[in-house]
Amino acid sequence: MAAPLVPAAAALGASFGVLARTAHVGAVAAVVMSATTFAGSAQVAAVSVLGAGGGVAAAVVAALLLNARYAPIGISIAESFRGRFLRRLAEAQLVVDESWALARGGTAAFDRGVLLGAGVALWVGWTGGTAAGALLGGVIGDPKSFGLDGAFAALFLGLVGSQLRSRRAFAAAAGGALIAVALTPVTPPGIPILAATAAALAGWRRA
Amino acid sequence: MEARLSAAWASVIAVGAGTAALKAVGPVVVGGRRLPPRLLELLSMLAPALLAALVIDEGFASGRSLVLDARVAGLAAGAMAVVLRAPIWVVVVAGAGATALVRLLT
Repeated sequence: MAAPLVPAAAALGASFGVLARTAHVGAVAAVVMSATTFAGSAQVAAVSVLGAGGGVAAAVVAALLLNARYAPIGISIAESFRGRFLRRLAEAQLVVDESWALARGGTAAFDRGVLLGAGVALWVGWTGGTAAGALLGGVIGDPKSFGLDGAFAALFLGLVGSQLRSRRAFAAAAGGALIAVALTPVTPPGIPILAATAAALAGWRRA
Repeated sequence: MEARLSAAWASVIAVGAGTAALKAVGPVVVGGRRLPPRLLELLSMLAPALLAALVIDEGFASGRSLVLDARVAGLAAGAMAVVLRAPIWVVVVAGAGATALVRLLT
């Protein structure tokens, strides 16, 4: 299921590698970041801040704000993680928006197998792509010309579509979109998406 | 150059450790335990709420502004694929193709 996403993840990883290169973050640091942080938007934010001459603190805060959503996401799927501490810690690292959303996809139950499979596939694409971008740099064209940003917007749209199975889900999606629209112009990146989690409350009290 | 390099590594380490901790909160701290059904119900609504916000972020956000650019064509093509009940990879390819095409033509 995740196979078609691997080239997309690799291409995005390559664009992150190119960005890291222009921001004077070394190729090794960029690849280590992709392998350990494994969260695209946060990495792009951190490297952009560094490239713009911002300090380490600003880069780290920006990235962690973007990743704050992984706390509620992780809690929502915590029940499916079993086994020893280290195993849960390792498997948790495979949670990214795409793997989590695919694992929530078709059925109401969360599919841990899909999460881990998609997570590993996306990790390989993302980390490998980063290496290619950081080492080869400008040889690969601008990933935007392949429409990659539009691809991920469409991906999330498709994943939302698979979630709209009840009136409450509709309300939550509409609320999340509205919060994002309202906050994007007035808050730092990351906050709109984090705040959108509040839309999960839509219809909760009515239930 | 020396200073820039260490700033990069300091960021890599701090962002990596912070993200690992954020991702681990649920699976490690709560891990395997059954949550109350009411809470699970609430948490299951996180998916539509977050995904819809991600559509806005990926489709319209450019830094702190909301813009209409070639990505709108990608979203429209993706929406059409969704309505036609196409598999998710078709939705993704349609989104990339339409976005790239509009960018090429404009």
